[in-house]
Amino acid sequence: MAVKLVFLGRLADLAGAPESELPAPLNWPALVEALSGDLGEWIAGDKVKLAVNGTVLADKSTLRAGDGDEVALLPPVSGG
Amino acid sequence: MKDVRLLTEPFNPGPLVGPFTNAHPGLGGVCTFVGEVRGDANDLGAVEALELMHYEPLTLAGMDRLADETLARFDLMGILIAHRVGEMRPGEPIVLVSAAARHRRDAIQAVDFAMDHLKSDAWFWKRERRDGKWRWIDPRPQDRADLERWTS
Repeated sequence: MAVKLVFLGRLADLAGAPESELPAPLNWPALVEALSGDLGEWIAGDKVKLAVNGTVLADKSTLRAGDGDEVALLPPVSGG
Repeated sequence: MKDVRLLTEPFNPGPLVGPFTNAHPGLGGVCTFVGEVRGDANDLGAVEALELMHYEPLTLAGMDRLADETLARFDLMGILIAHRVGEMRPGEPIVLVSAAARHRRDAIQAVDFAMDHLKSDAWFWKRERRDGKWRWIDPRPQDRADLERWTS
């Protein structure tokens, strides 16, 4: 019973891996609590967006992810 | 026609633009922009490599939407958007946008519009290696300003 996390850009460096897992169900407070240090600060800041199964959330605090869902943590894009 | 691609290997613009042009008989003009990895140098050293990271569920879908918006905004016969991901060297093509139209201004402006949006709005994360060290590249205020050209 797990939610897959995908870290993009510099968040992958901060997380130490491009992917990891957290127990399901996962909501916003649980995500913030699970990620510590620089990574946690980035995630909590307003520059990082979240996508659940490829849909970007307008409001991160509405995060609700269940078993098998994929949550992407998206820092600001640096352009193509 | 609409042709949108993410490319994981080095590409030559010619073999993409040729068939795209031939697919639009009766066109008045094709405008093509090819962006390459800039070989610039600063006090951290010269760029040795550039890596573009993407996120499969968002990046290609976002480029496809941009192609639709470009087709809707300008009087085009077709658009081709191809973008590299992965690791590249200075001088390698990184992006190609080609627009075919009955008249030149639509083709030229469509490419300008698509490039401004690719540079600031597309789901890519970029890092460069100088002097053996990788650094992530932050968005530039100029990218935002380029985007606002199209909303005024």
